[in-house]
Amino acid sequence: MAAVEVRDVHKRFGAVRALGGVSLEVAEGEFFALLGPNGAGKTTLISALGGLVRPDSGHLAIMGHDVARDFRGARRAVGIVPQEIVFDPFFTVRETLEIQSGYFGLRRNAAWIDELLERLGLASKARANMRSLSGGMKRRVMVAQALVHRPPVIVLDEPTAGVDVELRQALWAFVRSLNAAGHTIVLTTHYLEEAEQLCSRIAMMKDGRIVALDTTARLLASFSERVMRVKLEQGELPPAIALRSSAEPSGAWRIAIDDMAHVEDVLARLREAGCVVASLEVGEPELEEVFVKIMHAHEPRP
Amino acid sequence: MSGFPTLLYKEVLRFWKVSFQTVAAPVLTTLLYLLVFAHALAAHVQAFPGVPYLHFLIPGLAMMAMLQNAFANSSSSIIQSKITGNMVFILLPPLSALEIFGAYLLAAMVRALTVGLGVFAATLWIVPIPMQHPLWTLAFAVVGAGMLGTLGIIAGIWSEKFDQLAAFQNFLVMPLTFLAGVFYSVHTLPPFWQAVSRLNPFFYAIDGFRYGFFGQSDIDPAASLAFAAGAFAVLSWTTLLLLRRGYKLRH
Repeated sequence: MAAVEVRDVHKRFGAVRALGGVSLEVAEGEFFALLGPNGAGKTTLISALGGLVRPDSGHLAIMGHDVARDFRGARRAVGIVPQEIVFDPFFTVRETLEIQSGYFGLRRNAAWIDELLERLGLASKARANMRSLSGGMKRRVMVAQALVHRPPVIVLDEPTAGVDVELRQALWAFVRSLNAAGHTIVLTTHYLEEAEQLCSRIAMMKDGRIVALDTTARLLASFSERVMRVKLEQGELPPAIALRSSAEPSGAWRIAIDDMAHVEDVLARLREAGCVVASLEVGEPELEEVFVKIMHAHEPRP
Repeated sequence: MSGFPTLLYKEVLRFWKVSFQTVAAPVLTTLLYLLVFAHALAAHVQAFPGVPYLHFLIPGLAMMAMLQNAFANSSSSIIQSKITGNMVFILLPPLSALEIFGAYLLAAMVRALTVGLGVFAATLWIVPIPMQHPLWTLAFAVVGAGMLGTLGIIAGIWSEKFDQLAAFQNFLVMPLTFLAGVFYSVHTLPPFWQAVSRLNPFFYAIDGFRYGFFGQSDIDPAASLAFAAGAFAVLSWTTLLLLRRGYKLRH
């Protein structure tokens, strides 16, 4: 059984197509990233998983529970951290978590709430009113709210947007430990290096469609080329190499290479052409490059 | 276990935490009405034979406060949650439309009855009035508060901005309350306005509520109760339909 199952989901908001036939599956225990530019439909898809958005057609299930027909089962199985920072100003941190727990029918949950407060660094703020917390602290409370019913599937919609480095690292360490404990994690983020480091599989969305869906390793291998950056002290690039190069603002040349053996070959040609190399750097493939390429490939053509 | 008791608890806690504003203030306003109108109108208005105007006024004003506060509770809670965005915390848990409806409705009724009790506790020191049929009084208090609590849920769901809610309150709730016979007996009106009053469900709530005190009313309390309960049922059914469809809450 898939932790998250999305089959041919369509959703329009008036004239705007938010989701145009999205299908994907996330296996239990996976760490899955949903990437894409603003307006790609990531948040709509997540909202549909939580029942906040009702799809025009298609099927969504969490841990085998259909989100519409068995909404109670589905909502108990998923914890969603919304993108926008929202809170109820009437309550303290602990009240917020106790109330959220009660909504799931869990009224004796103090031990787990204490643990969440502890692990998210909120213990000293338990009695503070939500209004008095900083943005980062409010974000932590939202994470705790999503986890208060111990859902097997956790969905984080851009949890690190506008969050300082320390909290970002603490948050990822925490989410990693949840994943290690068996929770399925789905996240969206604009920080591609985060997705690259954390996620085993990635879906890229554009204009309401999935345009790439594969393991992180395969996406990196298939779409990304390696590059070397060379700064010349003397001489001009030979034409054969100039063809596959571009100038960077720093004055270095960015040269596409096929593999590490190719580096030797390029250096030999540079020497032949009388170039003197001032500095040399070989870059690993980066998700950002893959992302830009895939998004570019799916630009609407005139 | 269901999340309904917690949502009800949260809704009650929400107004109780600011009870100075949500309970004490409406009680004071009602007492001011009583003071001003009783003195200004007592000599001019004869409502029911044998019932002093001051006595006549108290149940009507109490019911008016209850109706307005039932409406205010559910409508302001929902619109605040919608505008600040924390409605998601109620929409994401496994709560059904009926559970959400029940919690907002009951919390509105609790606030209305608390305000009603507050008004009586305060007026008891000034003018103790009799209560001949406590069960009728209670029945109309419950149905009246329920009717407006439900209307408040609809208004909260429908409004997207505070001024839309204010319009709902000022152009629908206020006129209907003021034209429901709070300050006068409907049979003192010209026939046309009597007929208009009979289309107003708030009138039945107030008239029947008053019957519980004095054993006198403009129309038969059983008919009033049927009419008010009918309006409550129609509004409840509408609200449940809106919540099931996710109207303006789930896109």
